[in-house]
Amino acid sequence: MNISKDSDTMSPSRTKFTSMPDSSPAANPSVASPPTMKMRTVDLKFFYGTFQALHDVGLEIKSNRITALIGPSGCGKSTFLRTLNRINETVRGARAEGEVLLDGENVMKLDVTSLRRRVGMVFQKSNPFPKSIFENIAYGPRVNGVSNKQELEGIVERSLQRAALWTEVKDKLQKPASALSGGQQQRLCIGRALAVDPEVLLLDEPCSALDPIATLKIEELLFSLKDQTTIVIVTHNMQQAARIADETGFFMLGRLVEFDKTEKIFKNPSKKETEDYVTGRFG
Amino acid sequence: MPFRTRWRYVLSNVMMTATGMCAFLTISILFFILGFLVYNGISSIDWAFFTQLPKPPGENGGGMANGIIGSFAMVGIASLIGIPIGFFGGIYLAEYDGAWFAHIVRYTADLLNGIPSIVIGIIAWSLIVFRTKTFSAWAGGVALSLILIPVVMRGTEQFLRAVPTSLREGSLALGANKASTILKVVVPAARRGILTAIILGVARIAGETAPLLFTALNNQFWQGLSKPTASLPVMIYTHAIAPYDDWHRQAWAAGLVLLAIVLAANIAARLVVARSAS
Repeated sequence: MNISKDSDTMSPSRTKFTSMPDSSPAANPSVASPPTMKMRTVDLKFFYGTFQALHDVGLEIKSNRITALIGPSGCGKSTFLRTLNRINETVRGARAEGEVLLDGENVMKLDVTSLRRRVGMVFQKSNPFPKSIFENIAYGPRVNGVSNKQELEGIVERSLQRAALWTEVKDKLQKPASALSGGQQQRLCIGRALAVDPEVLLLDEPCSALDPIATLKIEELLFSLKDQTTIVIVTHNMQQAARIADETGFFMLGRLVEFDKTEKIFKNPSKKETEDYVTGRFG
Repeated sequence: MPFRTRWRYVLSNVMMTATGMCAFLTISILFFILGFLVYNGISSIDWAFFTQLPKPPGENGGGMANGIIGSFAMVGIASLIGIPIGFFGGIYLAEYDGAWFAHIVRYTADLLNGIPSIVIGIIAWSLIVFRTKTFSAWAGGVALSLILIPVVMRGTEQFLRAVPTSLREGSLALGANKASTILKVVVPAARRGILTAIILGVARIAGETAPLLFTALNNQFWQGLSKPTASLPVMIYTHAIAPYDDWHRQAWAAGLVLLAIVLAANIAARLVVARSAS
């Protein structure tokens, strides 16, 4: 699945993402003729008070690809994800060092609300607002300045369709979101994130509370979103990473141990720790 | 049955009986008070009680219209001052925690909550009555608001803290700023609890007597908000200590009306919240 996609690596569907060539001299030279780079971290360190959760993480996220982050609990993969949209800033005593770049721009220099509009996020446990289905989707556009009712209706329909939820909820848009099933709620949260048209979508173990059928639906959905957006997913489920990701990073003890094509990580990893983990010898 | 198993059954039954009796005792106290008030007061509740002013001492009949209006007016003034300050202060405590100032405000609110209400009355007297040279409903309302603020503030804080962090993060992750997140997501999620805190606070000040003795005093008539003003709790006090049987009956009636108003407000507010729940 991943191999077959490699042929079109150089032709992302949205020119918007290709318009900013990565001219930084610090680009990793080991990646030969890289596809367009969407996000990159350089020597990223992260601290909760005096505890260092991330050590010098350098990772490249390519446009219109699914990047999976795997590793044992507490390895820092969620912390890493949460620095990409600076949501970890809300944790008291938390502090980042190093650089996170979005289209070559340091995210610390961007306005945090516009950064988060461009880099959306879906959380481990579905967190629909205590509002109607319609208002859940319309919330993001509203706080970003859309107030025209027709425009909002259009965004809600489009977002729910992109989240593969439209046919299930189109007749009950005014019902509370809490009435949906767990899997539907998580797709609602994905739709809510898509409603502000993010360039990057971060997902923090989005399927960990879902049954296999709901999980499959989310995976199909992510796969279908690939040509419109760049996806980074943290997962505890290695089969999931193997099924959907183009590239996979393995974290352990706050360090990025190995980052490569998913096929390579799972079939022929270069590091002993990676091999031990993906073959189930620990973790 | 082995002894240990039997012992567990006995213990379980003893505990269930003990806790059940305590629960029963609690609700029976409420119903006893309610019944006692109805028994003593219902005969004095007539149309005149709600529409007429008190008769001069010794004369039978009359009502407490001025006290009912006065109580509503002063609780209204106290609510207009106390609910917004308490509500927004509670938001500050819950959502902008970590600032040294928040610790001071929280501690101060707890202290304010613990100040005896008679002391609140003296303070309002020296700040307002002494300077304006008259007892008034304004002074009474301000005194009551000082009691209301910490109750609403700590209640709001407590219920906002119970809102899961994941909702705040969900909103921030969409590019919402902190103010939108608080006002459009966090507060609506906690509205039921916040309203309960407000009802409890308002019910408490509706029954306060001591702070009004120094500030609104009492009045046999209704002369407007800038004059001494009657209230139901103070009228209960003056009527109960007077040597007239008819006044005693009216004091019971006033107690019943006060309780009924508080209960009605409580139930109405809960219905409103239940209806708006989504």
